Amino acid sequence: MNVIQLPVNKLVAPKPQALQDPDWVRWSLITIAISFIGLFILLPLGLVIVKAFSKGIEAYWSALSEPDTLSAIKLTLITAAVTVPLNTLFGVTAAWAVTRFDFKGKSLLTTLIDLPFSVSPVISGFIFVLLFGAEGWFGDWLVQHQIKIIFTISGIVLATLFITFPFVARQLIPLMQEMGSQEEEAALSLGAGGWRTFWSVTLPNIKWALLYGVLLCNARAMGEFGAVSVVSGHIRGITNTLPLHVEVNYNEYNIVGAFASASILAALAVLTLILKTALEWQQARR
Amino acid sequence: MSILLSNISKQFGAFSALSNINLEIPEGELVALLGPSGCGKTTLLRIIAGLEQADKGRVLLSGVDKTTQNVSKRGIGFVFQHYALFRHMTVFENVAFGLRVKPRRERLDNETITKKVHALLELVQLDWLHDRYPDQLSGGQRQRIALARALAVEPSVLLLDEPFGALDASVRKDLRQWLRNLHHELNVTSIFVTHDQEEAMEVASQVVVLNHGRIEQQGTPSDIYDHPANAFVSRFIGQTNIFDMAEQDADWLQIAGLLPTQKESKIAHVRPHDIIIEKTSANQDAPATLKDWQHLGALIRLELVKNGSNANTPSVFAEMPNEQFKQLALSRGDKVALQIRQAHWFQ
Repeated sequence: MNVIQLPVNKLVAPKPQALQDPDWVRWSLITIAISFIGLFILLPLGLVIVKAFSKGIEAYWSALSEPDTLSAIKLTLITAAVTVPLNTLFGVTAAWAVTRFDFKGKSLLTTLIDLPFSVSPVISGFIFVLLFGAEGWFGDWLVQHQIKIIFTISGIVLATLFITFPFVARQLIPLMQEMGSQEEEAALSLGAGGWRTFWSVTLPNIKWALLYGVLLCNARAMGEFGAVSVVSGHIRGITNTLPLHVEVNYNEYNIVGAFASASILAALAVLTLILKTALEWQQARR
Repeated sequence: MSILLSNISKQFGAFSALSNINLEIPEGELVALLGPSGCGKTTLLRIIAGLEQADKGRVLLSGVDKTTQNVSKRGIGFVFQHYALFRHMTVFENVAFGLRVKPRRERLDNETITKKVHALLELVQLDWLHDRYPDQLSGGQRQRIALARALAVEPSVLLLDEPFGALDASVRKDLRQWLRNLHHELNVTSIFVTHDQEEAMEVASQVVVLNHGRIEQQGTPSDIYDHPANAFVSRFIGQTNIFDMAEQDADWLQIAGLLPTQKESKIAHVRPHDIIIEKTSANQDAPATLKDWQHLGALIRLELVKNGSNANTPSVFAEMPNEQFKQLALSRGDKVALQIRQAHWFQ
């Protein structure tokens, strides 16, 4: 699961002496951690780059500038552009509701927010097929009204929306719980309205966590494979997102094509990591 | 602005936080809501502010019914126990907030706001901190900024929730005096919540004692100390010795001068300073022994035990000025006689 708590405090305190293990314990633990990361993260990431450029930089460029690849990139960007703002809105709303109001079914809501994390993405995809597919619950109605969801971009967006909705809410809820609502009450008592209080008091306090959540949400929206794979139908140049495009190319033994597209996704992931680290650093400084 | 509360009740689930509170606070008073924790005092303050809604009853400010009015429109200033300063704003911006969020018609121009904020910061003697952030200030400074921020909107009522609760003892003492002086200067009707009876007596012009969601007594500090309405108030305000005259060996107390004012009165509350101690010579028949004593500064507290009592009998505490204690030249184990000057009787 990709939910990572923001570091609350990065004060460098001297390590208590009682917790200092003997040298050999320390070094072997550090070595294990580093080699694990090297073996399972850095090595594969390097291999992606190497494979992508295995037939030279020109082959790499031509693989990327293929119309199907470009269309996959475009579709991925559109999906992220629709789902990320919607889920940001949803996340803030849900976090606000859970931390500021008492209502029946609150704990149920908090649990349900986590559902997309606990269900396999493939199953999430199938839920949408069962709902909107030709044989699905709303299938007849949709056919009558000539609305197509499954095997179209709408289906991809819906599935991605479902998969990525916990990210923002999950980042905000613990933070807003810990902050309490006293600053907001103070703003209200000073004559500020609800909207003003949100913009000038709540939002500045949660902005780093919010950005962090948005970043994780975006990374997943661009990288989601399972759920999207089920609803997309793999129509080349129309309903293939980048991760799907990678798989199609790979299955066709188009190694350079597959890894060139994969390198873009990997670059996105690395960029996300860099931004995330920058955010953490920002947060620790304030 | 005067405050009138009529029949305020509030439930939290099955717990009755406040029941039928009736309270009138005249304009310009500095009132302490005093009571043990969980007595409903903070809830009452929040209901006056509009941060909480009463289940029953009405809140009138200056005779106008404000029961259902939103907190942002009530014209109150609220100071929180943990300051609740906006952590991402400088001290200056914190104080200016209330002025900046006013509707455009009523809003002052920027220059006037700047002047006003600096004047307020000077009032709380912290203008030199205007460009700091809240986490760079000490607790006492934060609370003074919180007060300046609440005063910026010129509230007609100032409400303070345990304003000194989170501060060091020495800072607390200074701030108490300072708040009292500030109130003299501004004369805005103010209510503060506290569980510290000393603080209430020292700062407030009126004290309202609450317990289990009910008002036990309201009056000036001297009223409450000298004429406690019931046993709870007497016990809660200041030190007191409690004697049950129905117990068998209460004769010695009658000899010491403790005589019921009414026949049915059985429980006597005696303040430590109302007990006079006399040293007795060794061969005299004395009722009590000095077990221990503590130096409280100007006063000495003496712990006495009745002679011939078992270990479970509670000690009697008396207080006398330091000078007098020196003259008596008492030491631990000395036999003493007592005389009780005054007592409050309860049934």
